[in-house]
Amino acid sequence: MATEFTVTLRSPEVSVGTATAMKAVFVRDLKTAFRQPQDLLNPLLFFVMVVTLFPLGVSPEVSFLQQAGSGILWVAALLSVLLSLDHLYRHDFDDGTLEQLVLQPQPLFLLVLAKSLAHWVLTGLPLVLLAPVLGVMVHLEGNSVAVLCLTLLIGTPVLSLIGSIGAALTLGLRSAGVLLSLLIIPLYIPVLIFGTGTVMAASEGAPVAGQLALMGAFLMLALTLAPFASAAALRISLSNS
Amino acid sequence: MAFDSFGAFIVMEGHGPYVWACYFVFFLLMGAVMFWSLRQRRFVIAQQRRRTDSTPVRAESPAGASFTRIEPSQD
Amino acid sequence: MWQIFHKLGSPKWFFGIASTLMPWLLWVGVALLVAGLGWGLAFAPQDYLQGNSYRIIFIHVPSAFLAQSVYIMMAVAGLVTLVWRMKLADVFVKAVAPVGAVLTFLALFTGAVWGKPTWGTWWIWDARLTSMLILLFLYFGVIALGAAISDEKSSARAVAVLVLVGVVNIPIIKYSVEWWNTLHQPATFKLTEKPSMPAEMWVPLLLSVLGLYLIFGWLACLRMQTEILVREGRTRWVQQLVQARGD
Repeated sequence: MATEFTVTLRSPEVSVGTATAMKAVFVRDLKTAFRQPQDLLNPLLFFVMVVTLFPLGVSPEVSFLQQAGSGILWVAALLSVLLSLDHLYRHDFDDGTLEQLVLQPQPLFLLVLAKSLAHWVLTGLPLVLLAPVLGVMVHLEGNSVAVLCLTLLIGTPVLSLIGSIGAALTLGLRSAGVLLSLLIIPLYIPVLIFGTGTVMAASEGAPVAGQLALMGAFLMLALTLAPFASAAALRISLSNS
Repeated sequence: MAFDSFGAFIVMEGHGPYVWACYFVFFLLMGAVMFWSLRQRRFVIAQQRRRTDSTPVRAESPAGASFTRIEPSQD
Repeated sequence: MWQIFHKLGSPKWFFGIASTLMPWLLWVGVALLVAGLGWGLAFAPQDYLQGNSYRIIFIHVPSAFLAQSVYIMMAVAGLVTLVWRMKLADVFVKAVAPVGAVLTFLALFTGAVWGKPTWGTWWIWDARLTSMLILLFLYFGVIALGAAISDEKSSARAVAVLVLVGVVNIPIIKYSVEWWNTLHQPATFKLTEKPSMPAEMWVPLLLSVLGLYLIFGWLACLRMQTEILVREGRTRWVQQLVQARGD
């Protein structure tokens, strides 16, 4: 037992490949998240509640909801992703897993990418699945609901990826939550604009392929750049503590 | 001169309040930033000087304390 | 070459250079600004479309121009912080971020006041105004993050990462806001399409832009000096300098 352990520490050829490591990080994040299902449920409940506030607070008129519905859903989704970002690194930071992650021979940005994707599977994807129900509740037309889900499907990973930068930067700080929103909301604006704009265009019967392609470009950009930034931010935050 | 009189310059054909409000706020804010930055530097210099003044004294104080002579009143 | 580079990174060397440069920056800057604004206010011809309210341009454009270029300068400094760990670069970012925020606010304020006589409303969700507002948020984020991290080195590098992320996003934000604006409302008013300006208009504008640039340079030097004094308070040269200063 003990000899095995030293061998893994010393010889690089025993250490696992990058893809395996990424998969391990991904699966581990899912597993630990499912041990506390309440944490998974909270952002979803928040999403539903925020959407409920708008008909109550502004107007339950069908015409208003039809027009504002996509915006309401997008803003609510954005806020609930923001709310869940605090958990992205917090637990791993508190119990020291994160330091082990940084010490791994595999490139950190790929492990960070795996973590961001796990975050998306845990928060973004459920939001996308929940969106049709709420879309119908705000009287979106059939086609618009489909487009809305598509934009959320492309857009929420971007939110998770950009958010991971903010989460890494504010790691271990006091009042990290508010600061995180302050840093990240401006960066979310393009995604929000194109997300709602696409749905609006679809409800007016305009073609949306170009806008969806642009959102895809955002996703590609975030996939390639954001992990580097959050890996750098993680190293900084860990050297700080 | 684009204006006939000083009065016309102030009024600016009704646009005066907007123009002058902008210039006022501009000079107010820029002036405030400049003034505040100057004051901050002066404050920091004063603070550092107080610290450098006090450090040598503090270093000598234990020695000084041991040789303190108490002079009783002569009255 | 590298020697100059290392010298540039030395706070002591910078402090001396800044001290000699500052009076020039300030007085030439003030002179240019006063000349530009005086010319623009009193002597430049009236705009045939907007009347006299266009005279706000002589402070609006310099503020907006500088607000954007300050962020770019901060991004360059952030890159220098991350790559070469140069202390001065971070001092620059910390010293200049509040000034950038003030300039952005000024651009927004003057834009809004200008909008009242021109568009008939204080605020319009015009693409340029909106992207300036987002720039202001970015400045606030930089200031808040810098203030939240107490450790000097981590704070420097974290802020540098944030500024760089922001600068990658600025063109995207700008583009998407413009796209959004044309979607929501056809661009009836356009601030950008000026008829080619006569020289009596753009020369004072150029003067005030240059003047504000120099004043910004003075402010940057001054605030960097303050920051250096705070950080290097324990070094011998700062202590000597502080003692030598009579005021």
